[in-house]
Amino acid sequence: MNWAAMKAIYVNEMVRFFRTITQSFVSPVISTSLYFVVFGSAIGSRIEQVDGVSYGAFIVPGLIMLSIMTQAIANASFGIYFPKFIGTIYELLSAPVNFIEIVIGYVGAAATKSLFLGVVILITAGFFVDLSIAHPIAMMAFMVLTCVSFSLLGFIIGIWAKNFEQLQLVPLLIVTPLVFLGGSFYSISMLPPFWQTVTLFNPVVYLISGFRWSFFGLADVPVFTSLFAIGGFTAICLAAVWWIFKTGWRIRS
Amino acid sequence: MQFRLLVGQGAWLMTMGLKITAVECTMLEITDLKKTYEGGFEALKGVSLSIHEGEIIALLGPNGAGKTTLISTICGITTSSSGQIKVGGFCVEKEFRAARSLIGLVPQEINLEPFETVMNTVKFSRGLFGKRRDDAYIESILRKLSLWEKRGARVMELSGGMKRRVLIAKALSHEPKVLFLDEPTAGVDVELRKDMWEIVEELRASGVTIILTTHYIEEAEAIADRIGVINKGQLLLVEEKAALMARFGQKQLRIELQDGITDLPDSLAAYDLTLEEGGASLVYAYDTKADRTGITTLLSDLASAGLVLRDLQTEQSSLEDIFVDLVKEEQS
Ligand SMILES: Nc1ncnc2c1ncn2[C@@H]1O[C@H](COP(=O)(O)OP(=O)(O)OP(=O)(O)O)[C@@H](O)[C@H]1O
Ligand SMILES: [Mg+2]
Repeated sequence: MNWAAMKAIYVNEMVRFFRTITQSFVSPVISTSLYFVVFGSAIGSRIEQVDGVSYGAFIVPGLIMLSIMTQAIANASFGIYFPKFIGTIYELLSAPVNFIEIVIGYVGAAATKSLFLGVVILITAGFFVDLSIAHPIAMMAFMVLTCVSFSLLGFIIGIWAKNFEQLQLVPLLIVTPLVFLGGSFYSISMLPPFWQTVTLFNPVVYLISGFRWSFFGLADVPVFTSLFAIGGFTAICLAAVWWIFKTGWRIRS
Repeated sequence: MQFRLLVGQGAWLMTMGLKITAVECTMLEITDLKKTYEGGFEALKGVSLSIHEGEIIALLGPNGAGKTTLISTICGITTSSSGQIKVGGFCVEKEFRAARSLIGLVPQEINLEPFETVMNTVKFSRGLFGKRRDDAYIESILRKLSLWEKRGARVMELSGGMKRRVLIAKALSHEPKVLFLDEPTAGVDVELRKDMWEIVEELRASGVTIILTTHYIEEAEAIADRIGVINKGQLLLVEEKAALMARFGQKQLRIELQDGITDLPDSLAAYDLTLEEGGASLVYAYDTKADRTGITTLLSDLASAGLVLRDLQTEQSSLEDIFVDLVKEEQS
């Protein structure tokens, strides 16, 4: 393993992140605050409680998930697409590194960034609502796994994309709807039975449910199903990355 | 630096014992390399080339000849369709780590991250090649390339020539044994080009093998030991610069006349003569490698035609003429 190379890629990506620290942190903090104002105060004053949890607190896990999923994808896909776009990829291709080391460098950095972001949102949320975390270790595990798996997905999208439209296509057309319909802002039990069944085909439901369980001890689906889902999703992404590594798909002409 | 080098080479020679001939060891070995791009375009049609350690070789060829493709395939940016490449004895595919560790690449396009500082981007390259951090070494190359003052500047704030030097600094950051320079002096002013040649000369002195592509023939003439001509994916020839000049060398004999003439006398029609400067001088082109240059008989025939000579000059044709001839020959 070329550890120095992995470190170089990781540090380089993190430097880029800190260079744009304001955008990286201020904008999610502001948008989270807005969500609390709109959903927590305006709507929450009518809903009051979901399964014994105040609505403001209830939406926190979903909000964090929403942010880290979209940010992990955005960071990782851009991280690898950018060198392809400006041509600096030549350096990665001609360096004594293998694809796995490149993946660890880029995905590791993207996952770190989104993890930071998740923690920042969690702290921001703490200013608006009373939060208690029932299972902190499970909470961290869900958060880390989500950051890693969605960064892997983002990396694959970045490799696949041939232009900026494609780069935005998957997040916009698939991920955002799935996340919004994944129970970020409501409990599945609040839906009519038909839609409850449909929702169970949305993988994001399992992630949000498990994550919410680690906060409040209540879940839409059994927590082990959630763990299985996130584990399975990570495995699928890893397999896809492995396949790309083996075939050199869209990397070397 | 110089001292360390001498010691290193001495020790190496001793381990080689008396086999001094082995000093010329092969650094790059390409065997029947073919490359067909996805669209079906055959960019390399079986290139074989062998380059010694410490040699400087210039690849000349028109646009689209396959120079960049050749370099990209050696460096791992594109895959080959068939054939074999060895760098320092390591196969570039099976032993890619060992092979690529030896290689520094200065690409043709200026591919740099615009927001990065000069220092960071150069350090990044070193890290990518798995080399331990060495600030003193990085400083020395930045100074050598006159970039030290700009080390904190972002790449987008640099001029084109500076950016190209940043690319060179990146390629040198990990102390390569083989350096590929893909048109290093394209769009670079005359002074900087001379600087670049000096850098190449210094690198050669420290034992680095250099492969460069260029459209400037005088560049190849000035710095290369051997010259390869590539066209349409084929290596037409690779030869010692001097031998190439001699082999294809055409010389011109310029004869200035005391009194100008308007027409060539019939007695001289057999010679390849042209009238220039309004008849004030005659130019005779001849082949240096021919058995007889025909100069002696020409001169006596001139005298018998009653022409009085004022002065004589000879000119060797440049590599450029040779190159143009070769490519034309190929096309016809
Ligand atoms: N990625 C690619 N896909 C398809 N064809 C390509 C690709 N890259 C290069 N080619 C083709 O291969 C041929 C050789 O290109 P190459 O870049 O190697 O030429 P070159 O000798 O470096 O030319 P120049 O002097 O203009 O830099 C050209 O005809 C080019 O169109
Ligand atoms: Mg080229």
